[in-house]
Amino acid sequence: MTTKTVLSPLPGIFYRKPSPEDPVYKAEGEPCETGAVIGLVEVMKSFHEVKSDVDGTVVKFLVNDEEAVVAGQPLMEVEE
Amino acid sequence: MAIRIKESGLATSVQDLGRPGYYHLGIPISGAMDRFAMRAANLLIGNDESDAGLEAVFMGPVMEFTEDSFVAVTGAEMQPRVDGEPRETWTSFPIKAGQTLSFDFLKKGARIYIAIKGGIDVPVVLGSRATYALGALGGLDGRSLRPGDELQTWASVVKPVEGATVPADLRRLPGNPAQIRVMPGLYWHRLTEESGSLFFRDIWKVATEADRIGYRFRGGNALQFVERKQPFGAGSDPSNIVDSCYPYGSIQVPSGTEPIVLHRDAVSGGGYFMLGTVISSDMDLIGQLQPNMETRFVAVNMEEAISAREQRNANLNQVRKLLN
Repeated sequence: MTTKTVLSPLPGIFYRKPSPEDPVYKAEGEPCETGAVIGLVEVMKSFHEVKSDVDGTVVKFLVNDEEAVVAGQPLMEVEE
Repeated sequence: MAIRIKESGLATSVQDLGRPGYYHLGIPISGAMDRFAMRAANLLIGNDESDAGLEAVFMGPVMEFTEDSFVAVTGAEMQPRVDGEPRETWTSFPIKAGQTLSFDFLKKGARIYIAIKGGIDVPVVLGSRATYALGALGGLDGRSLRPGDELQTWASVVKPVEGATVPADLRRLPGNPAQIRVMPGLYWHRLTEESGSLFFRDIWKVATEADRIGYRFRGGNALQFVERKQPFGAGSDPSNIVDSCYPYGSIQVPSGTEPIVLHRDAVSGGGYFMLGTVISSDMDLIGQLQPNMETRFVAVNMEEAISAREQRNANLNQVRKLLN
């Protein structure tokens, strides 16, 4: 088993939920497959889906909901 | 056809050095936000400095070339790859028909400039090929690129040199915190003395709304205005003025809370006071600021602004001399 990280493709604000009332896209312990949306990054007045590029189980998130991120920052650990 | 866009990135647009001369009619100057990087990219592959290239923000496009060509990528640090093989930024490299140009994650800065041999062939609108997306003008159909778009380039007789490079000391990206020089003016008198000096002492942070129209900052102290009875024609907020022209680089602060530096695609007038103007030699730096980056505004006078411009021109001339 190896642990991999999903990186933010963009700088901006990271959101774990599609909207404040909705549940998180991915919770810790849940399975996560390539292409699955794990959160949103808001930048330049628009929201961009962040998709997983690994298959496995979510170990933990490395940034909080609504936290500022830079491009290339690790967002989530996944165990393959 | 020369280039097929497979992925378009976040907001990748055709840009050149801009469309001056129509701002008084409400049509902004547009063109590359970091014009030095745009010029250098063209010079690296033997293009004219004013040829059209691509500006990509935060995220690079994926482009398939259908003809042999030459490319140079300048501006932000975002590693280019040809069929997955890494290439250097600020350095010319060939690309063959059938090969794909893609990019790694952004490491530093905000915008890359991609010059392609011959320059991009889109119609000239009001003297420029630059895209003004808000006005659906110029570029490719007046908009940012989309997957599936095809771009033509001009045939060029120039034979670019592989590995031509701009030395590291002539490249320019903002520091941390970024320092942006400003000439106080226009409506500076609207601020109290204490508020004015706080503006230059505070650390501001680039807001996520920053784009080609304007760069918004937050995190500093709200401005305090000198009390007055608002003149006829001005709005009721103390940050309102009787409508006036907005220069490129001017800093408006709606309600006195979040400064906005107007950039290449800005509106040309309105009713917000401007506390000053970013000097022309530092406008390129603003185009390379990422959201959440710490920024300080530094007050300068006209002499300092002009000498900074001379310094920038000297650097550009050095690059011209090296690459011609």
